Amino acid sequence: MFIVKYIQEVFGAVKSLAIGMRRTLYYFTHHKEIITEQYPDNRDTLHLPERFKGEVVMPHDEKNEHRCTGCTACELACPNGTIKVVTKFDISPEGKKKKAIDKLVYHLELCTMCNLCVVACPSDAIIMAQTFEHSVYDRNLLTKILNNPDSKIMDGVE
Amino acid sequence: MIEEIGTTPEGELIINVGPQHPSTHGVLHLVITLSGETIRKVEPHLGYIHRSIEKMCESLTYRQFIYVTSRMDYLSAHINNHACALVVEKGLQIEVPARAQVIRVLMDELTRVASHELWWGSMAMDLGAFTPFFHAFRERESINEIMEETCGARLTMNYMVPGGVVQDIHPNFQKKVKAFLQLYKLKIHEYDELVTGNIIFQNRMKGVGIIKPEDALSYGVTGPAARGSGLSCDVRKIYPYEIYDKLDFEEVLETAGDSFARYMVRIREMQQSIRIIEQLIDNIPEGDFQAKTKAVLKLPKGDYYTRVETARGELGVYIVSEGGTTPYRIKFRSPGFSNLSILDHIARGSKLGDLVAMMGTLDLVIPDIDR
Repeated sequence: MFIVKYIQEVFGAVKSLAIGMRRTLYYFTHHKEIITEQYPDNRDTLHLPERFKGEVVMPHDEKNEHRCTGCTACELACPNGTIKVVTKFDISPEGKKKKAIDKLVYHLELCTMCNLCVVACPSDAIIMAQTFEHSVYDRNLLTKILNNPDSKIMDGVE
Repeated sequence: MIEEIGTTPEGELIINVGPQHPSTHGVLHLVITLSGETIRKVEPHLGYIHRSIEKMCESLTYRQFIYVTSRMDYLSAHINNHACALVVEKGLQIEVPARAQVIRVLMDELTRVASHELWWGSMAMDLGAFTPFFHAFRERESINEIMEETCGARLTMNYMVPGGVVQDIHPNFQKKVKAFLQLYKLKIHEYDELVTGNIIFQNRMKGVGIIKPEDALSYGVTGPAARGSGLSCDVRKIYPYEIYDKLDFEEVLETAGDSFARYMVRIREMQQSIRIIEQLIDNIPEGDFQAKTKAVLKLPKGDYYTRVETARGELGVYIVSEGGTTPYRIKFRSPGFSNLSILDHIARGSKLGDLVAMMGTLDLVIPDIDR
């Protein structure tokens, strides 16, 4: 019976469309289930997890001291040549030469946030920060020096 | 080689789809020969997003090259990383701790669900439905949040390392995954209501782009695209890696071979992944999350091959080592490339409008094809 099958198909089609439309109407009337985040208006309340890989930073304590020994493990671990460690020799009061970092140059524009440098660091001198808005107008601003000026290595870190 | 635009001497029209076309999901360029509205030939042009990942990997050490593979098939980044970690472990004969294996499988399956979610949304959008995209992204967002908390990134995680995983799971991980499972079960019926049962959608999918099992075999089609034709090819079942042989899940098979069968395979595969996650989430064994490995990894001279099942099919990683710290040659057998190659075969003789349904259900990720 062709005509019965045809009518069944038409009613089945209308039913399937109505089922889909019911779902649409459900969300039309249930505003509480909307999960849209109003970025960038929600910057104050935006909370990123502590493991989020935003950029590499070197934490300093209140005495302007860091934990970097200048071992270049991060430089060797980096797949992109993002990190360049420039070392110098400090002369201690006893007259001994001691290797220390002069600059830890970090090229944010080359970085892929793969976390390999942080994993490789034996003295936990560098960590990942949760910042993520890195856009600037001048690309030179993306080349950063991670250690603060006149910073020193923390006592007891070898 | 045919002209890029114009007509052939037989009066057939040549048009370009892509490289910037919404339904190609990336920079894929298809040169299509049309006779009226009937497709006579589809010629994919590749290379728009070729970044020479294989060559790049040859200059990176065995720890470093893993992160690049997240950029191949970015929707199954974890699974790509997993394949690379496995091949290095095979070469060095590293025993991976049980905890790390369970975490890896959990992450793989979460990635698979997330990937299929995104595919489902974009598939429906290709066929003209806009709302499903947001529904899919709602569930995918909760997976992304889990990834962000444990791995530190949403898309290119670089969480797997030779010997295990980078860091232990976040304390909230189990709680969040359970919340996701609950959300997923609450919302999964919407998928069927909105798309699967929809008459317009079904009419556009059924009988479109039929892949015969023997064609799938000869073109090397793998993954859900081949399983829609009834071809059993799940690497997790046939060549089990990690703990997949101890898990209780089914290989999803459909027999019709058309676009709708491939659609149903992915929908059902999501439920199988959810089943695997449910089995493991309360049974993560205690112990190390990473095996002790040497600081510098050197693969012994020889060649190594492993394969895993990504969300799109079989990914093979082949490494030739000369005994140094970097691979001598590395080759990725990516699922997307083989799946694309059958497009010409199945599209011939069908209408231009059906091409979108075929491309959508092959689930092409262009960076995976070009690498």
